[in-house]
Amino acid sequence: MTNPVSPATVLGPVVLSPGPPIDPARSGDGFVVELEAFSGPLDLLLHLLWEEQIEIADIPISRVADQFLAAIGDLGLNQAADYLEMASRLVRLKAQMLLPRSESEAWEDPRAELVRRLLEYQQTREIAHWMAGAVERRGLRLARGYLPPAPELPPLPLTLDLGDLLFAVERVIAGILHPVLHRVVARPLDVEGATRTLEALLSERGEFLWTAALPARPTVSDVLSLLLALLELARRGACSFLQPASFAPLRIRRESALPAA
Amino acid sequence: MNPLCQLLEAALFAASRPVTAEELVTLDPDATLDEVRAALDELREHYDFDNHGVEVVELAGGYQILSRPAFADAIERAQLTVRASRLTPAMLETLAVIAYRQPVGRAEIEEIRGVSASGVLRTLQERELIEVVGRSEGLGRPLLYGTTPMFLELLGLPDLQNLPRAEELSIALQPPKPEAVGPDDAAAYVPADR
Repeated sequence: MTNPVSPATVLGPVVLSPGPPIDPARSGDGFVVELEAFSGPLDLLLHLLWEEQIEIADIPISRVADQFLAAIGDLGLNQAADYLEMASRLVRLKAQMLLPRSESEAWEDPRAELVRRLLEYQQTREIAHWMAGAVERRGLRLARGYLPPAPELPPLPLTLDLGDLLFAVERVIAGILHPVLHRVVARPLDVEGATRTLEALLSERGEFLWTAALPARPTVSDVLSLLLALLELARRGACSFLQPASFAPLRIRRESALPAA
Repeated sequence: MNPLCQLLEAALFAASRPVTAEELVTLDPDATLDEVRAALDELREHYDFDNHGVEVVELAGGYQILSRPAFADAIERAQLTVRASRLTPAMLETLAVIAYRQPVGRAEIEEIRGVSASGVLRTLQERELIEVVGRSEGLGRPLLYGTTPMFLELLGLPDLQNLPRAEELSIALQPPKPEAVGPDDAAAYVPADR
């Protein structure tokens, strides 16, 4: 990473060459890959200068600007703002260099700022290179490295409130890619029909099993309708019911309020 | 070896990080800082003289017993240790800017490197190589970054003074030439003195 450009290596007539960094096989790739090859526009610029053995202090701005633009085009770096910013800077410098200079006034080289930044960056890179070496050397000396694995902690007691729980449910639901939707259809309960059936049975018999009030193949809504009707009639005092044992069928008995047929 | 020397050897062996002389003094209520330093020198010479496989190294403001470089390959081959993941060029360049200019803000780092620095700064912070050391007085009071003892440990340096001085580098920045740059740029021209 040390600077290969020194006054001794500066060639007189510089021949333009496309330079190897612009590998046609790599062009068209995503710019991320290319960004790994160059750590920034200054790096790319230094590379272009090095390719042509150009002294930093005397950059032929016009040519370098053209090359830079060609390079970022070929490298597929068009999306990288950092590179575009440098490109616009170079184009502006190129324009400034074309302006006629008056010999009488003191001329300030518009390239001075760029030269300063390039030198500064080059120095930074040299330090980075030294640091990489230091890290490498340090890596050869090993400290006592063995660290026993951390003991597994017992899980904390679960403390949840309703809010946490609902939040967790929402997260789980949000994580379902294809939510399963159920259409909820209100099944009409025929409480009136069940009441009529019960009243009819009560008028015939003083006592009967609740299954007698159900059709031959009862549906859930039949059972529910019957239950609601039964509760309603019991509330009115028309009947009472009892269950002789657990899970035994209910026995329904007529109360006096309803006159026997 | 004298008893203090043995005590220091035991402590440095037990510690898994560089230990400062000030910490080592607390091991023995009768020992002074000078005695501890002398004992550390004796321990180092003892390791060197007898050709031990380990040595006493000054690191990140303290002392640590480390294996000698010659054995690194064999130890790694036997998979007794795991080498830390490498630093990318972007991380190294950013560390270089911070090490020499700390405390330094993100804008200055980006100006020098010519690229956005937020991602690499976060990575370096996660690896505890840099830390926020304050805020600038400038507009928006941006965060200022500095290096950590972990940075010195990683590079194997006793302290920041052991970084190469700017004039030792082959590209030493010259002081500003008044005709070349305006007064606003002059400050940036002066290399950090380390």
